[in-house]
Amino acid sequence: MKVIIPSPLLSYTRQQKEVDATGATVADVLDDLNRSFPGIRFRMIDEQDAIRPHMKIFVNGEQVFELNTALTSADEIHILQALSGG
Amino acid sequence: MKSAVKQKAEQKKSSAKKATPKSVTLLVATKKGGFILTSDPKRREWTTKGPLYLGNIVHHMMLDPRDGKTMLMAAKTGHLGPTVFRSTNQGKTWNEAAKPPAFAKAAEGEQGRTVDHVFWLTPGHASEPKVWYAGTSPQGLFRSEDGGDTWESVTGFNDHPMRPAWTGGGQDGTPDGPKMHSILIDPRDANHMYIGMSGGGVFESTDKGADWRPLNAGCKVDFNPDPYPEFGQDPHCVRLHPQAPDILYQQNHCGIYRIDRTAAGAENQWVRIGEKMPKSVGDIGFPMVLHPRDPNTCWVFPMDGTQVWPRTAPGGKPAAYVTRNGGKSWQRQDNGLPKQQAWMTVFRQAMTADAHNPVGLYFGTTCGEIWASTNEGEKWTCIVRHLPHVYAVEAVEF
Repeated sequence: MKVIIPSPLLSYTRQQKEVDATGATVADVLDDLNRSFPGIRFRMIDEQDAIRPHMKIFVNGEQVFELNTALTSADEIHILQALSGG
Repeated sequence: MKSAVKQKAEQKKSSAKKATPKSVTLLVATKKGGFILTSDPKRREWTTKGPLYLGNIVHHMMLDPRDGKTMLMAAKTGHLGPTVFRSTNQGKTWNEAAKPPAFAKAAEGEQGRTVDHVFWLTPGHASEPKVWYAGTSPQGLFRSEDGGDTWESVTGFNDHPMRPAWTGGGQDGTPDGPKMHSILIDPRDANHMYIGMSGGGVFESTDKGADWRPLNAGCKVDFNPDPYPEFGQDPHCVRLHPQAPDILYQQNHCGIYRIDRTAAGAENQWVRIGEKMPKSVGDIGFPMVLHPRDPNTCWVFPMDGTQVWPRTAPGGKPAAYVTRNGGKSWQRQDNGLPKQQAWMTVFRQAMTADAHNPVGLYFGTTCGEIWASTNEGEKWTCIVRHLPHVYAVEAVEF
């Protein structure tokens, strides 16, 4: 499925804004992303498997909060990261 | 024993080699990335490389003195998780650690801890070539055995039953989180370590981190109902003398302290040595820098710790202070520094010394300046301006 990557993580995807990943859940997709782009998962997900405070994950336009959210191969994942701060 | 220390200091001073001086490299960690400054052998001309990882909040950069090649950089961004970047070629190229420091996953139903940022990096003992230690915010201790590529929790501290009490809660930390820092390895014994925690105090291990005990006696907490608790102090920066490892100094939230672990009957007792500082300046600050060869000489950079704690140079007049007698007296060193209206602060890792003779001193400011002295603080020169807010400066020689 298609995964849209936010700009702060493009250094992991060799500047690709859209990448392909597979998995039956959001967690699986993030694991697959991490296999393709080592290190990317921990920048988004902490060691307690929580989505970091300023990251958001959308599936088909709807925000999801649980990594065990089920997916189908037709779904589109959009990862957002806040750019607030100074 | 004091006379032995003096004797050793004099011996080291006299034997300090006057070989062809090497250039000095400064590893500068800032709020917006890392920088590497390199001098000519006379330490007069400086070149700047960087920024490295622009936009990352870099709390510390450190070279491994054992191989002279490996560098680690503790980094995060405002919103991405924390990580460690590595170089194995003196900073020419960098890669990310395969497994950055992270706490263990909590059991179902339990509250887990998460590393907000890696704050401190320390190369391990000379006998353990690829070992490194990292201190984090919130306070956690991590160890790498592969040159910083993968990190494991030091469970002897992170899971110690007293850790919650020792570290306090978030209210005991700095505004951007409680921090573990000043990870010190006894050069005589890889099993003997110290850590500093803001807040928490100084702790010691004699079994390579398997167990810990507080080392805070004599260290005052002047804001606490009990001014001399067993733990709960706020050491800002703790240093162990590399050639006299029984001598430690700390710049604490509540003053400047020294401990001599060989002092019979007082081996666990910190002695406040900042009371001889001028009253108008006080003995509050962040950094503490030791002379590389003389355990009686050290420098501090005082800040305003009155009322709401502005954490600026007292009166807007920045200066280092040096003692050459273990804190019995202090001399102001402000030649070359702004005489007024300079409201800089020097953070706890942002002041350091090189190994030259005379010793070079360096500090970075919250205003993005790097200042240097090639004569042990007698005269200061600004060598770089307009960097981001400086968090750490480490001097290394290749």
